[in-house]
Amino acid sequence: MITKIVSKNFDIPNSHKLEVALANGRYSSIPKLFSMTPDEVTAEVTASGLRGKGGGGAACGPKWELMPKNDPRPAYLIVNGDESEPGTFKDRQIFQYDPHLLIEGIICTCYAINAHHAYIYIRGEYKFFIDRLNEAIKEAYEAGIIGNKIMNTHDFKVDITVHRGGGAYICGEKSALIESLEGKRGHPRLKPAGKECEWFFDNPATVNNVETIASVPNIVENGSIGYTKYGTPKSPGTMLFAISGPVKNPGVYEMAYGNKMIDFLNILGGGMIDGKKLKAIIPGGSSCPILTADEVQKAVLDYESMWDIGSTLGTGGMIVIDEDTSMVDVAKNLIEFYHHESCGQCTPCREGTGWIDKILKKILNGEGSKEDLNTILDVCDTMNGKTVCVFAPAVKDIIESIVRKFPHEFDIHFKN
Amino acid sequence: MSNFEYSGENEIKFQEYVSRYPLIDSVMLPALWLVQEQLGWVSPEAMIYVADKLGKTPIQVYEVATFYTMFNLKPIGKHHIELCKTLSCMLCGSQKIKNHIKETIGIEAGQTSADGLFHLSEVECLGACGGAPMFALNGEYHEKLTIEKVDELIKECKK
Repeated sequence: MITKIVSKNFDIPNSHKLEVALANGRYSSIPKLFSMTPDEVTAEVTASGLRGKGGGGAACGPKWELMPKNDPRPAYLIVNGDESEPGTFKDRQIFQYDPHLLIEGIICTCYAINAHHAYIYIRGEYKFFIDRLNEAIKEAYEAGIIGNKIMNTHDFKVDITVHRGGGAYICGEKSALIESLEGKRGHPRLKPAGKECEWFFDNPATVNNVETIASVPNIVENGSIGYTKYGTPKSPGTMLFAISGPVKNPGVYEMAYGNKMIDFLNILGGGMIDGKKLKAIIPGGSSCPILTADEVQKAVLDYESMWDIGSTLGTGGMIVIDEDTSMVDVAKNLIEFYHHESCGQCTPCREGTGWIDKILKKILNGEGSKEDLNTILDVCDTMNGKTVCVFAPAVKDIIESIVRKFPHEFDIHFKN
Repeated sequence: MSNFEYSGENEIKFQEYVSRYPLIDSVMLPALWLVQEQLGWVSPEAMIYVADKLGKTPIQVYEVATFYTMFNLKPIGKHHIELCKTLSCMLCGSQKIKNHIKETIGIEAGQTSADGLFHLSEVECLGACGGAPMFALNGEYHEKLTIEKVDELIKECKK
């Protein structure tokens, strides 16, 4: 079931060290890279169908194509390593076990979009991983791999700077991330009417997830054909899927898209602990509609299949819930998370998350009634599509799905 | 007037950060991190100092420092325990770990122990769901926690 592209070197001892990385194929895409034009690199990535691995799944190549041509302003690559979605712990594997793969991907991407400085924004709590990555960047500078020339030979300048966040989930939203990188509160920006690139101090910028960037060297080296032979026609390639909760082997496993969720749970995840029955799975980080045990049987791990059954693939980080867990507790736990992490900019989100939190507390205290569930659904409706970013719609997705799919679990808490 | 200033080493680091960005505005978070590393928390005096260095008003620094939960706006205990409370950790027994910490150190989330040795924070997802339950102790991740492991770590801190 495992297909290793990004995680190929993870199990090699000291894989994070430059010497070991070089001996195991890192930076081997660079000669091919500089034999191509930047537009050819972008075209190859577009042809590969590579999709953003941070949750949205937007096509990567077309995103690069949004960068303005012949613009006198400097362009920037911003790598999103904020990784704060509950159930998601994949990018840290790249920082820890193959930081040079990320650096290699950054070189490829900078060349394609003509950027000479890349910022890697990493959540503040990932101190160990930040230190690990900084060591690798230092090694790369000292070896002349990055800096004023690439691999001491190619006349292309790439600087890389790691930027440490301060513990705010919303900074994983790309425009909030840039606000934060500009030294402000992480408040998402209003989106433009048409498609355009991002703007970092009014300079053109592209924001890509860590795993997306780490997928690029393989595409450069082996061509789009080497990537599309894995996965499905619309979701080509592989993804670092994660599984957590009461399963025997929680962890991160790289698979091609298109595997069955139930096989992932039972084969790589090792099945449920203590022979417990499965109740539900939240598929890709907590911001996706929940799947009941019956729905899990049908679920296939690619973007389109997940949409077809009314959920999303998200970050591919699955949270497994067993029969003994109360779904009201699950909803309360997650709404506390969203209530705490709402940036407070938009009223429906700031007030809505707090409101649902209070209602669920009331229900758990045995003081709720059926009418409260209608109020929750009503608040969800008010949050959906009426805010600057997709935080509030995500809250609606998870909370509404729990209320609609497990209403009987709320019933037992109602007074009388 | 501010009576805080960076150590010589941190001043060098600050200047290095300034050289890495197109505008000095970006140095806001790195500057606050340097303060916290030096002081253990971000004091009002330090915020004024940072504002001065970045060409900002103190309120601009304050509004950033108060937005990001990792900046301590008050001094905290010597050893900071950040216990993850979000779903995967909850499902794998974070409540049991919390109760045990409460019993052995005698503090609730948000409190510092009387001897000033420990501070407990309950935090949202730390991105270690595969190692649930977990906490960060002084920034270092400890995963797949058991009561025995917690006891060992606490003992280590008391040495």
